[in-house]
Parts: sequence; structure tokens; C-alpha cells
Amino acid sequence: MFLEVLLGGLLAGVMYSSVALGFVLIYKASGVFNFAQGSMVLFTALMYVTFVEAGIPFWIALLIVMIVMVVCAVLIERMMLRPMANRDPMVLFVATLGLSFMIEGIAQLAMGTDVHILELGVADGTLQIGDLWLSEFDLFATAMAVLMVVVISFVFNTTRIGISLRAVADDVLAAQSIGIKLPQVWRIVWSVAGFVALAAGLLWGARQGVQFSLTLSALKALPVLIIGGFSSMIGAIVAGLLVGATESLADFYLGPIFRGSVSAWFAYILAVFFLLIKPAGLFGEREIERV
Amino acid sequence: MPEDLPAGKEALLEIHEISLSFKGVKALSNVSMEVQEGEICALIGPNGAGKSSLLNVINGVYRPQHGEVVFDGRHFQKITPFDAARRGIGRTFQHNALFERLTVLDNILAGLARHGKTTFWENIFHVGRDRAENRRFLAWASRVIAFLKLEEHAGTIVSTLPFGIQKRVDLARALVSEPRLLLLDEPMAGMNQDEKQEMSRIVSEVNSHFKTTIVLIEHDIGIVMGLAHRIVVLDYGSKIADGMPEQVRNDPGVIKAYLGEVYE
Repeated sequence: MFLEVLLGGLLAGVMYSSVALGFVLIYKASGVFNFAQGSMVLFTALMYVTFVEAGIPFWIALLIVMIVMVVCAVLIERMMLRPMANRDPMVLFVATLGLSFMIEGIAQLAMGTDVHILELGVADGTLQIGDLWLSEFDLFATAMAVLMVVVISFVFNTTRIGISLRAVADDVLAAQSIGIKLPQVWRIVWSVAGFVALAAGLLWGARQGVQFSLTLSALKALPVLIIGGFSSMIGAIVAGLLVGATESLADFYLGPIFRGSVSAWFAYILAVFFLLIKPAGLFGEREIERV
Repeated sequence: MPEDLPAGKEALLEIHEISLSFKGVKALSNVSMEVQEGEICALIGPNGAGKSSLLNVINGVYRPQHGEVVFDGRHFQKITPFDAARRGIGRTFQHNALFERLTVLDNILAGLARHGKTTFWENIFHVGRDRAENRRFLAWASRVIAFLKLEEHAGTIVSTLPFGIQKRVDLARALVSEPRLLLLDEPMAGMNQDEKQEMSRIVSEVNSHFKTTIVLIEHDIGIVMGLAHRIVVLDYGSKIADGMPEQVRNDPGVIKAYLGEVYE
């Protein structure tokens, strides 16, 4: 029984990881906590489901949403990031707060506030492996997340554009001083964060319907980021799994004691615990201030 | 303006009446100077004299309130670090602003950004000109790695290296793109005498081998006197002397402001 709860939790944790990954990407490349990531999850999922309901084949719908996210990335770089380059990260953070309201507003204005049912064509049956019963959809979600991490890591680690991305993540001023095209790097990173949001939006949307509450997926990502460290992709994955696993174990073993589900708040308690003993997170780096 | 320049030779870098202040505190006031093509020019002066600020103005990290920078015949009231790099102004930083989580080789490859001609898609899928460019860049990087004797560290993550070697990596990253003008902010800071001599030899060789024009900041007067073709002395944000090493050495104002403190 323990194993089954644990595995179910781990797989659910993949969903948290998928959202957290988008935050990490942007945090790495621009040092900003992108408050709008949750809105992007809603926006992409809503767009996809609207296109599909209009009778557009799913792969064309996917393509259109991805193109829209690239256009968004270009606009965000031009209108928000460029004028605010080299400003305090807090200023940029507040800008992303504004951005999230804009995206949510546009999403609902253009596509309404109805709850949509999203069918990905993945049967949500159960699969028996030995004595364990696993959700097929969870396994699919895991495969998606692994694929995303592999592709992103490949681009980051084996291409020259990847070197530029990592360079910008390490030191923006030095990167500019050797002639790295910062606007290009930002457009790429925000585009990829858009794609990641789409993947997360589809997974979450298929689970709980495409609706406004998808923006709250960001709130689930927050403890994951605190535990994993804001700048580590590996951290996002590991912490997502950790949160998922401990959450469902806590639900199973502590739930009866609290007479109800504890999963709504357990992750935050865990995050506070980590803030006390390891403030930079499992894989994050502690900032070293030069005096 | 010094009279000892070859007649008709254009200055690679001219600085005209630069004034810079931070929230009312003057960092530079009305500084003008010239650097000739092929020259090693040293900026000296006590702490807080404005040396680093001047370097930061030249490559656009700071934007002066007044004055202009002329590089290679083009006038700039404001230049960005990106523009400066693209036009061939390379630099190192006082506190090695290296990409610490990258390997030495990746740092140096990143330094070649201004020569990159391939598009994003060619990069991602390793198609088109990407392969040829990668080969060319690797060859350039290897040359600089060999020149600065960094071979054994090429695959090492920068943050794990000692400070002295990081200084060489910083220089390599700037040098690899073959800048026309190289700005070195205290390349010998924190080094012992032997290391300083070695770095001084390297800087001199960069100048003669690669024909790179160099502006550097250094505190060790002994080193500077032997290395630089020209010395500019700053004190409290103003230029107080400018000339050949022996001229500057004998300048009463300089002795009072700077050398006096050292040799007392």
C-alpha cells in the first residue's frame, strides 16, 4: 500500500514539476520570478482547447499555440524586458505581475470564462504492473516531462546558442560585454517557457478541465521552487516529485488524524521547513555578495 | 596632447570631456584622452580616482552625463556594452565576471559571440553553416587556450579554479574575439610578484603578437612603468598627467598625489 501511495504521489509530482520548470527557465535567464507563468498555463491551454473545439486538428492547434507563444515572447521582450533591462529584479517582478493580469484578461476576453473539457486522447485507465496499479495518464505525463527536460538540456548543453543562454544566466553584464545578443536570448527563453506552459496546461487541463483555476498551478509550483532552488531544472524535477510524494503520503497517513485532506497545505509546511534549514533549496546556489 | 606621436596617425580611441556622476557624486570630471592604435596605455591613480569608471564609460556600462567617446572614427554619445563588443572593444573585469558554472572552454567559446553568423535554427539542429562555424570557433579557442597555457584547465568548471587562473580565463574570453581595443581592469590584482611578471609578459605579447591596442588599470607602478607606452594619471576624477612613463614619473603633481604615497 505504501509503495502504491508513494508512486501515485511521485507521478502527481510530475505535474508540479512541469509548471515549476517554466519558472526556472526564466529565472535562470533573467533572474526574475515570472509571476505570469501561471497565466501562461491558462492562456495556452485555453487557446488549445478553443481551437480544438472549433474543429481544428490537434496538431495544427498545437502549432498555432506555439507560434502565438513565440509572438508573445517577441512582444514581451520588446515592450517589457528591453525597456527595463538592468533594472532591479523587483521592478521586473512587478512587471510580470502586471503581465499576468494582462494575459488573464486577454484570455478571458477573447475566449470566455467557461470550463472546457480537454481530451488529449490518452486513456485515463489504470495499468497493472506486478502488484501496483498505476494511472496511464500519469505515466504519459511523466513521459512528457522527461521529454521536455531532455530536449531543453540538449539545447542548453550541446549547442552554441545554449552556451549563450547559460552565459546570460550566469552574468548578464559580462554576456553583453562580449557581444551576446541579449534580446535573442530572452526571446528564446520566453518562447520555451511558453511551450513548457502549454505542456503543463494540457496536463493540468486534462485532469481538472481548462478553467481559470489553472492559474493557481503557479501556487503549487512555489513550494516546489523553494525546495528545489529557483535556478535548477533538476531541482524543479526532484522537488516536484518530493512534494508530490510527501503530499500523497501525508494525505494517506495524516489525513485521518486531521479528519480531511492535508494536501492543500502540506507542501507549504514542507517549503517553510526547507527555508529554515536550506534557504537556497536543494540545488539552488546561495548568492555570494562581493563586498 | 602629447607631441611625441607619429604625425598623421589616427587615434583608435578618443575620449572627449567626459563627466560622470552618481546621484550628485562626481566620479569623473571633464576627462579627455587619446589612445593610439597599437599602444599600451595604463590608467593609474589612487583608489576611487575614477579609473574603473572611465573603463566602464568606454565600453558603455556607464553612460556619462557629458562628453563623448570616439572609437575608430565613430562618435558615440552613448554606446551599449553590446555595441562596444560588436565593434571590437573587448574587456576583462576587476572581479572576474566569468560565467562561473561553465567550463573554461565554454567561457572562451562564449567570447566569440560577436563573430557568430549562424542562425538560431542552424544552431539547434547542427545544420547549415553551424558545423563549419563550430570547427572554426574551436580552432580559435584552442589557439588562445594554448597562448595562455590553459590547456589542462579547458574542461574545468571555472568556479573551481584558483583566482589567478580565472584571471587568465577572463583575458582569454576577451582575447578570443580578436578585439581591436582591449580594456583590462586590474589584470594583476591579487597576484604575487612572479605572477604579475608573467601576466605583464602576456599582456605585452598580446600587444605585439595580436597588434591589440590595450588600456589597462594597474596599481603596481614598477610593472606599469615597464609595460605601458603611455600613462594617464587620474586623481579625484580628474586627469592630472598624461604622457610617456618617464614624463609621468617626474611629474610633481603625480608624485604628490600618487607616487609619494607609495615611495614614502
